Amino acid sequence: MDIVKLNIDNKPVVVEKGATLLEAAKSVGVDVPTLCHMKLHDMNYENNPGGCRVCVVEVEGRRNLAPACKTECTEGMNVNTHSLRVINARRTVMELILSDHPAECLTCVKNGKCELQTMAQNLGIREIPFEGEQSHYKEDRSPSIIREVDKCIMCRRCEMACNEIQTVGCLSAINRGFESVVAPAFEMDLEKSTCTYCGQCVAVCPTGALSEVDHTRKVLSTLVDPTKTVIVQTAPAVRAALGEEFGMDAGTLVTGKMTSALKKLGFDKVFDTDFAADLTIMEEGTELLGRLQKHLNGDKDVKLPILTSCCPGWVNFFESNFPDMLDVPSTAKSPQQMFGAVAKTYLADQMGIKREDMVVVSIMPCLAKKYEAQRPEFAVDNNPDVDFSLSTRELAQMIKGANINFEDLTDEDFDNPMGESTGAGVIFANTGGVIEAAARTAYEVHTKKKLEKVEFESLRGFEGIRSATVDFDGLPIKIGIAHGLGNARKLLEDVQAGKSEFHAIEIMACPGGCIGGGGQPYHHGDTSILKKRAAAIYREDEGKEIRKSHENPFIVKLYEEFLGEPCGDLSHKLLHTHYFDKKKKVEINND
Amino acid sequence: MAEIKLAESKVQELKEVCKKFDYDKGELINVLHAAQEIFGYLPAEVQEIVADELNVNIAHVYGVVTFYSFFTMIPKGEHPISICMGTACYVRGAEKVLDEFKRLLDVKVGETTPDGKFSVSSLRCVGACGLAPVVTVGEKVYGRVAPEGVKDILAEYN
Ligand code: SF4
Ligand code: SF4
Repeated sequence: MDIVKLNIDNKPVVVEKGATLLEAAKSVGVDVPTLCHMKLHDMNYENNPGGCRVCVVEVEGRRNLAPACKTECTEGMNVNTHSLRVINARRTVMELILSDHPAECLTCVKNGKCELQTMAQNLGIREIPFEGEQSHYKEDRSPSIIREVDKCIMCRRCEMACNEIQTVGCLSAINRGFESVVAPAFEMDLEKSTCTYCGQCVAVCPTGALSEVDHTRKVLSTLVDPTKTVIVQTAPAVRAALGEEFGMDAGTLVTGKMTSALKKLGFDKVFDTDFAADLTIMEEGTELLGRLQKHLNGDKDVKLPILTSCCPGWVNFFESNFPDMLDVPSTAKSPQQMFGAVAKTYLADQMGIKREDMVVVSIMPCLAKKYEAQRPEFAVDNNPDVDFSLSTRELAQMIKGANINFEDLTDEDFDNPMGESTGAGVIFANTGGVIEAAARTAYEVHTKKKLEKVEFESLRGFEGIRSATVDFDGLPIKIGIAHGLGNARKLLEDVQAGKSEFHAIEIMACPGGCIGGGGQPYHHGDTSILKKRAAAIYREDEGKEIRKSHENPFIVKLYEEFLGEPCGDLSHKLLHTHYFDKKKKVEINND
Repeated sequence: MAEIKLAESKVQELKEVCKKFDYDKGELINVLHAAQEIFGYLPAEVQEIVADELNVNIAHVYGVVTFYSFFTMIPKGEHPISICMGTACYVRGAEKVLDEFKRLLDVKVGETTPDGKFSVSSLRCVGACGLAPVVTVGEKVYGRVAPEGVKDILAEYN
């Protein structure tokens, strides 16, 4: 390995040949500021268009300042990252960027979390001397995501997320010069494009140009409506990240505080999506074993592998990209929707209230869940099973708005019956978690033996595509796992080509799984945060008394009292769905 | 999305072009170039076919089309007007002539009048420098055009 030695801010640095000044500086703890560059460690993705020019540094002997992100280290370089000249140049660059940026910080959704705002503050920008024309683009509002392109600074991180990580390819830089923005093809609205609402573009946008549709005010007003019973469900990934919004360390579990805060906010019942995750395992697991059994008996009509279907971003993705394979994924609804369907039937009955008088709110790490909640097939007489789906960030906003001192809250428990969950339900938050939860149950149901060790370590990890063979008492079950839609695409293309060897595949649209969802607190490119959240989720699982979905006493009771059996008639009606061909087509005239 | 219907024969021709370029993503610009030759412009439907054939994202194709001013998504008018902006024409006042066309038709360069009758574009030297400034309408060439004469040229086609 060739190495290069240089000095950065008088510190000696040794790096591999080919390293940039930005990387070299980082290796000795010097964070050169940037707006466009973003490296997602552990995922091998880097956005480096070299466009913002904030990262300029002074290299001894060179006439011009050098952009650290695009300058390769050479032997003996002497680099100054904060000379007066450098700071003045950065200020000028910032002033230019800000001259075409709406000065709406006070009312911007990103206020306090915006990288552009932070940079302006760090550089002490107090006025914008350049008065120029400001660009004006229409606002684009989809069911999940809002694009306020006026606030775009052309860092192109969203393009990288959408094209490289997700391979959805719905965003691209268009036009040139002053007119350039990032937009879907033909500047169509996101809703008309192939957008999956995964929210990964929102997760990386440094400014308020991309954000989620905010339902908090609507939820606040239903909370004070005396005619409504408002219940809430919280997805597993939320408890491992919500604390970050209140300054807690990444990976702090705040399950009890979150429950307590929701009660203080006035929700009539605080339930857990983990309960519905256990229910998902009963349905999806049964479906898997059913298909597997038929397959082993030689039934050629049965399609394997079975693919998980609890991620709505992933559902949107295959509906528009693989419409010929709509019969491959499991028909089981996502936990969010299973929860809503059971709440507005079984639970409403138990509580003695009418469907219309119950409002179901969900707290999700995910933006695709907002779209999912309003799919027409998930409503009865226009009354949706889930009324509002809020992101983790929106919940934090509500807690702050109600001046609840989150850190000082005493832990409280979920309500019953839909608040009881097992460790299997919890790990749904992590990549590999759904299939591990399914394996715990499927193993015991299939072999009729007790699992010695509930942890399937081989299914865990952070690699984009993983595979493992799990031994079902002599029957080897081959499992594939992908997180991030680009990785999912690879596995799916194999299935399409008939090359897949797996019996079951778990797919989550977001890198890391739900813990890295588009509705989670911003990680600003620090992927170690995702790993800490994942570890927290496994800790929560370990601490649970019951760790297998089929042993959840309230699930057992739900089947006894109401549903009958997994994949039975009522389950099919309430807990399963079907998919639609959403591929965009070109019409051709045959003349 | 698909609003206009493309002629099958032209679509075939375009597909042949894509094949000729080996469906190589790197040839996107050349393929678009050829597509514009075939259709005269690059409507959304044509871009979608190119995206499909070369297996690139439609958003990226659109990004390229909007980046290069050579590409147009607007069909040419029934009478395409081109004003030569080569050096000889330019120094002899072509810009004023162009401005007059733009003013009378109320369009920008690269645009077509709403009734589809005229489109205005500028081009580089047509090789008739002796006649500068030169304007072409369809196949017909007009020489030594002055801003005052623009009105009369348009009148011929109205
Ligand atoms: S939500 Fe996902 S699919 Fe949609 S534009 Fe953003 S990154 Fe692309
Ligand atoms: S929308 Fe946001 S992430 Fe995308 S280019 Fe603009 S500023 Fe960057």
